[in-house]
Amino acid sequence: MAGLEDLYREIILDHYRSPRNRGELPTPPAHRVEGFNPLCGDEVVLYLEVADGVVRDLRVAGQGCSISQSSASMMSAAVKGRPVGEARRLVRSFKAMMSVHEVSLGEDGSPSDDGPGDALDPSTLGELAALQGVVKFPVRIKCATLSWNTLSQGLDEIEQGDPVGS
Amino acid sequence: MASMTTTEPLDPAKLRADFPLLDGTRCGRPLVYLDSAASAQRPRAVLEAMDEYYATTHANVHRGVYRLAEEATRRFEEARARVGRLVNAPEPGREIVFTKNATEAINLVAYAWGRHELRRGDVVVLTEIEHHANLVPWLMLAEERGIELRYLPLGADFRLDLGELERTVDGARLVGVTLASNVLGTVVDVAPIVQAAHRAGALVLGDGAQLVPHRPVDVQALGIDLLAFTGHKMLGPTGIGALWARADLLEAMPPFLGGGEMIRDVRLDGFTPTDIPWRFEAGTPPIAEAIGLAAAIDYLEQVGLERIHQHEARLTAYAVERLEERYGDDLRIFGPRPDPEWRGGVISFAFGDIHPHDVAQVLDEHGICVRAGHHCAKPLMRCLGVGATTRASLYLYNDEHDVDRLVDALESVRDLFV
Repeated sequence: MAGLEDLYREIILDHYRSPRNRGELPTPPAHRVEGFNPLCGDEVVLYLEVADGVVRDLRVAGQGCSISQSSASMMSAAVKGRPVGEARRLVRSFKAMMSVHEVSLGEDGSPSDDGPGDALDPSTLGELAALQGVVKFPVRIKCATLSWNTLSQGLDEIEQGDPVGS
Repeated sequence: MASMTTTEPLDPAKLRADFPLLDGTRCGRPLVYLDSAASAQRPRAVLEAMDEYYATTHANVHRGVYRLAEEATRRFEEARARVGRLVNAPEPGREIVFTKNATEAINLVAYAWGRHELRRGDVVVLTEIEHHANLVPWLMLAEERGIELRYLPLGADFRLDLGELERTVDGARLVGVTLASNVLGTVVDVAPIVQAAHRAGALVLGDGAQLVPHRPVDVQALGIDLLAFTGHKMLGPTGIGALWARADLLEAMPPFLGGGEMIRDVRLDGFTPTDIPWRFEAGTPPIAEAIGLAAAIDYLEQVGLERIHQHEARLTAYAVERLEERYGDDLRIFGPRPDPEWRGGVISFAFGDIHPHDVAQVLDEHGICVRAGHHCAKPLMRCLGVGATTRASLYLYNDEHDVDRLVDALESVRDLFV
């Protein structure tokens, strides 16, 4: 049986207590995107500044549980300064790590399209791997993936030429 | 306390032996179930009544001429009358419509009555403390029909502010109000609302999902016109709820869903609906569930709904006192002060700035079930200025030990996150 220590790893609690890249950025030039988890009221607001194909800066606002907020903080630290393509690969890797349970539970009704090449390699995900324990708590998976889905949506919107959000 | 003079306090430990899910231990300790406001547990008598029905009596109702079908129909209709008597319906056998739950009962009113009666600009009054079940059906009607929605606001001490009551209900066709909040525990004093609504010519629909399970509810004494409630929060099975409405209102309402059982005649160019209440029950109804619900009502009345009410009032006061004494300002309760008459056993709180999902997760590790989230009352959450709360809700099978375990376990929540 999964214990609480699988969920609340020290590194997660650290990001929860001292979130990185917290705040807002002026829009424009930044793009603002919101994500919600209707189940528990988690709310993540991302401010993305993308230029020359690189996530130059980003900030995280919103409120939510320790898992959603620490995951957002860890995400921000992981993608800041990275090329958009790399950020997207990271999103896929992270969601692959979280999707084992999601798919087997059929939550989305459709299997993940992440190929085996995107399977988690803990060495590339660094401290993000600490969130792996969340899959043992199916209800909390959506908390962990919220900021990543929101990032993905924001990057899509920027690519589709809606740089300031609507 | 007042109750002690008339009735002996009930013994939750003894009652728990009647509930298979609560009897005994899980992971080496008794389960502390503090989520009855979401769904209660059910006693063996309810499970046995349903099993016995399936094993001895089942056939479709209102169809067969053979004796088995007649017997099933008789028991189904007896269950209906049992539900009607519980809320003191003037005509118990004609005024109860079985639905899937309280949500469907309210949707039935919005569809059958609302679509028939309401035109653009007509006013429906609701309150800021409603569950989504008594908001969304009306919001849908507002989108579709252009009706106007007005809201009675949340006031001081987590009760409704009735200061603008007369003006708000002026010209309204219906006032929909919860009888007890699923978040705040507030028991709404509907008497002034009923008076003002009726003076204005409006009907009153009570959402009784959180009150009918916990104390005697008398629709005639309350003076309301329609009442929605659900089985699974009052020891009954899931999949069955009820709408009570005055017979003359039901008579004037067109059908809700179409299909078998709800018709008198069907031609290829039209149909004639049948009498109330069957007019509103298309298709094979939840027969075993109705029988289970009747058994749940028998159980509640054997224990005594007034005794349950007094027990919960005492336990709520104890819980609030223990929580405040241990955690002081770190724990903020969203609800009125304990009050036997106007507060039920729903205790929503914020614990420091720890997110309710984290609180509930750690409590689960201690074998304690509480609800965390917005409780399907997002507008109310906005009024309270929070995204979510942790909610412990009490019922007849809870006792001081459950409260003590909750209070103690919150220490370990604090240890982890602060």
